[in-house]
Amino acid sequence: MIFKATRLALASAALAVAGFAAPAMAADFTAENPECIAPANPGGGWDFTCRQVGKTMQDIGLIKQTMQVTNLAGGGGGVAFAEVVNKRDSDNDLIVAASTATATRLAQGAYPGNNLNQVRWLASIGADYGVIAVDQDSPYKTLPDLLNAVKADPTSIAFAGGSAVGGWDHLKVLIAAKADGIEDVRKVKYVAFNGGGEAITQLLAGSVQAFTGDLSETKGFIQSGDVRVLAVLAPERLGGEFADIPTAKEQGIDAVGANWRGFYGPGKMSDAAYDYWAKQIAAVYASPEWKKVMEANGLAPLDLQGADFEKFVANSVQQIQDISKEIGILK
Amino acid sequence: MDTLAQLAHGFEVALTWQNIGLALIGCLLGTIMGALPGLGPSNGVAILIPLAFTLGLGPTPSMILLTSVYYGAMYGGRISSILLNIPGDEPAMMTCLDGYPMAQKGMAGEALSISGIASFVGAFFATWGLILLAPQLVKIALLFGPAEYFALFALAFMTLGGVSSTNQAKAAFAAAIGLGLAMVGVDTQTGVPRMTFGEVHLYDGIDFLVAIVGLFALSEVFVFLEHRHGASDAAGKKVEIGRITPPWAMVKRCIPTMLRTSGLGFLAGVLPGAGASLGSFISYSMEKRLVDREGTFGKGDPRGVAAPEAGNNAAAGGALVPMLALGVPGSGTTAVLLAVLLSLNITPGPLLFTQNPDVVWGLIAALFIANFMLLALNIPMVGVFTRLLLIPPRILMPIVAMVSFVGIYGISGSSFDLMVMIGFGVVGWVLRKFDVPLVPVILGILLGNPMESNLRRAVQISNGDWGVLVGSPLAIGLWIIAILGFLAPIFFGRILRDRMKARRDDEGSIAD
Repeated sequence: MIFKATRLALASAALAVAGFAAPAMAADFTAENPECIAPANPGGGWDFTCRQVGKTMQDIGLIKQTMQVTNLAGGGGGVAFAEVVNKRDSDNDLIVAASTATATRLAQGAYPGNNLNQVRWLASIGADYGVIAVDQDSPYKTLPDLLNAVKADPTSIAFAGGSAVGGWDHLKVLIAAKADGIEDVRKVKYVAFNGGGEAITQLLAGSVQAFTGDLSETKGFIQSGDVRVLAVLAPERLGGEFADIPTAKEQGIDAVGANWRGFYGPGKMSDAAYDYWAKQIAAVYASPEWKKVMEANGLAPLDLQGADFEKFVANSVQQIQDISKEIGILK
Repeated sequence: MDTLAQLAHGFEVALTWQNIGLALIGCLLGTIMGALPGLGPSNGVAILIPLAFTLGLGPTPSMILLTSVYYGAMYGGRISSILLNIPGDEPAMMTCLDGYPMAQKGMAGEALSISGIASFVGAFFATWGLILLAPQLVKIALLFGPAEYFALFALAFMTLGGVSSTNQAKAAFAAAIGLGLAMVGVDTQTGVPRMTFGEVHLYDGIDFLVAIVGLFALSEVFVFLEHRHGASDAAGKKVEIGRITPPWAMVKRCIPTMLRTSGLGFLAGVLPGAGASLGSFISYSMEKRLVDREGTFGKGDPRGVAAPEAGNNAAAGGALVPMLALGVPGSGTTAVLLAVLLSLNITPGPLLFTQNPDVVWGLIAALFIANFMLLALNIPMVGVFTRLLLIPPRILMPIVAMVSFVGIYGISGSSFDLMVMIGFGVVGWVLRKFDVPLVPVILGILLGNPMESNLRRAVQISNGDWGVLVGSPLAIGLWIIAILGFLAPIFFGRILRDRMKARRDDEGSIAD
């Protein structure tokens, strides 16, 4: 009994010391047990983000131990978001993978009771620009060609994409259609598949006339010559092997759509931890190792940290909210 | 010839001591993970990804380790199906139907050996199919549009009645429960949540793994708890282990079954979105239609064990075709493997075979190595596995419950799923009381969603014209098979049943 009490006293003393010591150490915070939540099952984009960034951090010596990746699937990221907000709101060792899909769901209120201000947006690690593509044998050669056909008869062109109706792949087409002056974008025919791979297979099979997706998932098919990309939804032409792909902008359709990838942290994460993670992710971004990963995966530059990234995400959510209202997904 | 030269080169890449060691570790771990309910091939592979990264393995050794786990898990799933009536993973579900009755008859050893051999045959032919036919097979995948997929899934449901030996109405009822459960979640075609009651955990629908572990493993535990007082039951259920290797006659009888179902399973695997579960299901129901003249399927027929095992292992190999050649994962596990390839800076797709021949052929050679290794590991270990039956249920059942909880929590990290699993356990227990088969429930959950999505895609693309469902020769062909499969038992069922009865009387007098 006495023994127990002594131990208790010791423990509380230790805690107190730690408590005093903490503010002094705040300036140079380091994550003891770095953890990354991938809000989906293994194998998806978020899982990739966590594992690849974790691996790079370890490879270039930013963290000593392996980044622990936790798959917390459910609700299209909503389960993980709620878990972070409700249970791990002040965990300094934690980062969570996010992307435009996260912003889309936040914008459309698909995480019941949650909003973007409940977490701290850390940094981006790149962007995957949207593409609109057709089969190589398709009669449509340019994006205006295709959209004119939609104008003439919306039922004649089915767009296949990997996200659900109202998801990012769908919204990209609508952004382009709107920019081209199509009044009632609700008439645009969009068929949802489970992932970009399945959608592109159906494009090759001839079931649908057009494909909307990200450049990274289209890459292999561009190289093999199976698909023709009519436009990339980037502000300007991309470099390297994608330099031949025209942007929508240069074809007179002012549409830009980037699927960004990045991280958020818990809402009550300390400022020191916030700065630490933003800096770590920036260091990953700047490393030659990461440049190689980006190149191999068709990721385009998007280098935002801290306050800049927070503003970017807020804008992104606003834009999606506007278009969602317009097409009637949001009331 | 060129192909064989490349394969030889693949073996050169794969046959280093390090790679063989990795394959051995992968096979062992995979078998164990496959056998544990809840831990299936996809989590098994996912769990080992950090190991591959931490060891700093290159692309080829990493893939060798992970595909060994994949093949190993496909082998391992059958073990708990046969011994405990609990499928280790979803494709092993069909193996319960005949495997468990065999074990109860004291033929656990034979069931395990036969299914091990069947797994080998299935995987062996699938790997050859992958080598020789991958480019051509991609074209088959391209023949399947939404309408054809719908017809394929409809075929699975229409031949369902033949699967469970109990009455057809109950099977239909069970399938309806499964289809109903499949509707839960955000509807991808409209983005509207259905039957989620504002619960964010339900937005992605009900995970079939949670359903399987609940319905099979937990309900088994509940049944045990219920009968706990009747100690006589536990004592009376003393299971004999019997012989370990099957008599040659039994193997010989299964060979045609193994060959047919290898082909069928492989094709099912090649279709993205169909996968190993459909492969083993269709293999079983077709084989039952073809060779079950005495009505022994479902009562411990070795061919009923060989069919789904050859089918699902062949499908596992088949699923690698669209993954490597199209970058489209045909199953949960290949989705994980795809992600690993991507994070190793290798982009699967039409050009993988020309851009990274080392990886592809090294991988294929590794599949062969893993397959032989698994056969060599599995047959002698049958004796060890069967000892599991000697563990008294009062020790075994708590272990089953524990493994179920840990496994399910390990996948999603969510305690909500544990609640759902317990719910399924109770439902499974009730359904068992009413003698309603559980397999159609799982099938409904598993296939309900893709079936519905493909129907709606097909009709949406055709602008509301339902004629599209019979719009291609392939679709019409599938419908004909489906309708024949549905009607044949109704018309010929009575005649067959009479004949069966007569014959069984004959046989009974000899066997007993």
